[in-house]
Amino acid sequence: MKNIWAVYRKELGLYFVSPIAYAVIGIFLILAGFFFSRILDFFVQQSFMLMMRASQFGMPPQEFDVPGQVMQSFFGVVSTMILFFIPMLTMGSYAEEKKRGTMELLMTSPLTDSQIVWGKFLATLTLFIVMLAPTLLYMVALYWYSDPRPPLAVAASGYVGILLLGATLIAVGHFISSLTESQVVAAFLTFGAFLILWVIDAGSRGSQVLEYLSILRQFENFPKGIIDTKSLVFYASFIVLGVFLTLRSVDSLRWRRA
Amino acid sequence: MIEVQNLTKDYGHIRAVDNISFDVKKGEILGFLGPNGAGKTTTMRIITCFMPPTSGTVKVAGFDVLDESMEVRRRIGYLPENPPLYPEMTVEGYLDFVARIKNVPSRQRRELVHRAMEMCRVEDHRHMLIRKLSRGYRQRVGLAQALVHNPEVIILDEPTVGLDPKQIIEVRRLIKSLAGEHTIILSTHILPEVSMTCDRVVIINEGRLVAEDTPENLTIQLKGGEMVHLEVKAEAEALRRILRDIDHIRHIEIKPLDSADRLAVTVESERGHDLRSLLAAKIVQNGYELYELRPVSLSLEDIFLKLTTEEETSPVASDQPQQEEARR
Repeated sequence: MKNIWAVYRKELGLYFVSPIAYAVIGIFLILAGFFFSRILDFFVQQSFMLMMRASQFGMPPQEFDVPGQVMQSFFGVVSTMILFFIPMLTMGSYAEEKKRGTMELLMTSPLTDSQIVWGKFLATLTLFIVMLAPTLLYMVALYWYSDPRPPLAVAASGYVGILLLGATLIAVGHFISSLTESQVVAAFLTFGAFLILWVIDAGSRGSQVLEYLSILRQFENFPKGIIDTKSLVFYASFIVLGVFLTLRSVDSLRWRRA
Repeated sequence: MIEVQNLTKDYGHIRAVDNISFDVKKGEILGFLGPNGAGKTTTMRIITCFMPPTSGTVKVAGFDVLDESMEVRRRIGYLPENPPLYPEMTVEGYLDFVARIKNVPSRQRRELVHRAMEMCRVEDHRHMLIRKLSRGYRQRVGLAQALVHNPEVIILDEPTVGLDPKQIIEVRRLIKSLAGEHTIILSTHILPEVSMTCDRVVIINEGRLVAEDTPENLTIQLKGGEMVHLEVKAEAEALRRILRDIDHIRHIEIKPLDSADRLAVTVESERGHDLRSLLAAKIVQNGYELYELRPVSLSLEDIFLKLTTEEETSPVASDQPQQEEARR
């Protein structure tokens, strides 16, 4: 535990002394804020139009769940955005250590490989949570100004989904970073892998396997407030697989000649 | 302290280390000498538990590198050829991190980090980012990293590479001062380094152990024979005829000197045969004038050159170019 903590501390520290973390978080928040306000505008207008139309035709006012729609769209946008942002957070995790030779320091220290891998994984996950945290303010605003108040559980479910999706992407990103010594190559391959995992259901023609594999398809239920066991299992197994492959890849460094 | 037995390491079809055995006693500095690609780094990486051996055993302080890897790692400080530094960290922050991952208890951490900084004289730069340090300082931080947890064994891979002469002297002095309390293996392809700092030398080439001894003994043992330099006033051919009759001579070289028809003569005799008095007697008996007679001792550098060139002309030479290629 102490060893994981040592690796975790160092990883997180390095994130915050490098400009990349600030750049990624800053740009993410600008875009997220922009999309949130546009989505909010759009659905408020929609509900007005529906109300006006209803009163024009003398119909009873229609039910329109603005906060629910906003959350669904917003989480949808965020889930797509992180496909672009997470490669920036994971690209250096192993590639940079290998290039600098510091991997040799870690691997000759009294740390097990899994302590290294989990320490790094948790550090990137923490940074991801830090990046996501300010969007809670949007949810607070949404909650505050809605009448009746939207159920908090829906927002919570959305965040659970985003965290699971993020953790999955981080696990995949770390694995890819462990395969190369170049951050650029890692970032590009990771991004490519995410895109494939995203659109894999497009050409499925009803193939259930491919639909099941789409990382965003699995996410769709969370912002509706549905936590599906199937999706939980999907993400959990993806994370375990990613971490396992990273471990194997780190171990394989011991068998190669540098 | 360190026992290496029948160590072999293969990379695919290439044998990087071939059946090497040697011991390092407690408090000793062992020089690990060999040209580039000889298998020094591979051997060190096995001792430091970075990679497993293909066959053979390595024990550090009685612990096996495969079975009790964590115990070994706790006892070893390792400076790879390129110091493993994080450029964005400060010197102190970096050493604190290394102390943590080397399992230094938190109570001792501060003290040990300071001790390491003092020993390697980076104290003044402790708040500087490693990125901003010069090559020499980075090397010292790398050294401090290897010492920070006060390990029993210190493994240094080419510790003076890329330093200027003044820094080299400093680093060597530091390494010497560590002996006694720590057991040290130091690899190098620079010969003076070995004779200056090491108690014992292991020479490897092409993955094989070529020689193992003290630097002094090695000079004698590997000379291949004793050489004597003479300066004689004589006629070259006549002198050669006389000298050829003496037993145990391997080689005679006669060159004319510029002044006063004197000759510079180098006689190489078989090992263990001191021919100096006999040579002097023979020359004087034949009525020649002997002006100078002194033994020539080969420097380690000559031996080393000799060793490597001898290896290349050996029968296995045919497949060596490919090996060299693959090793890169």
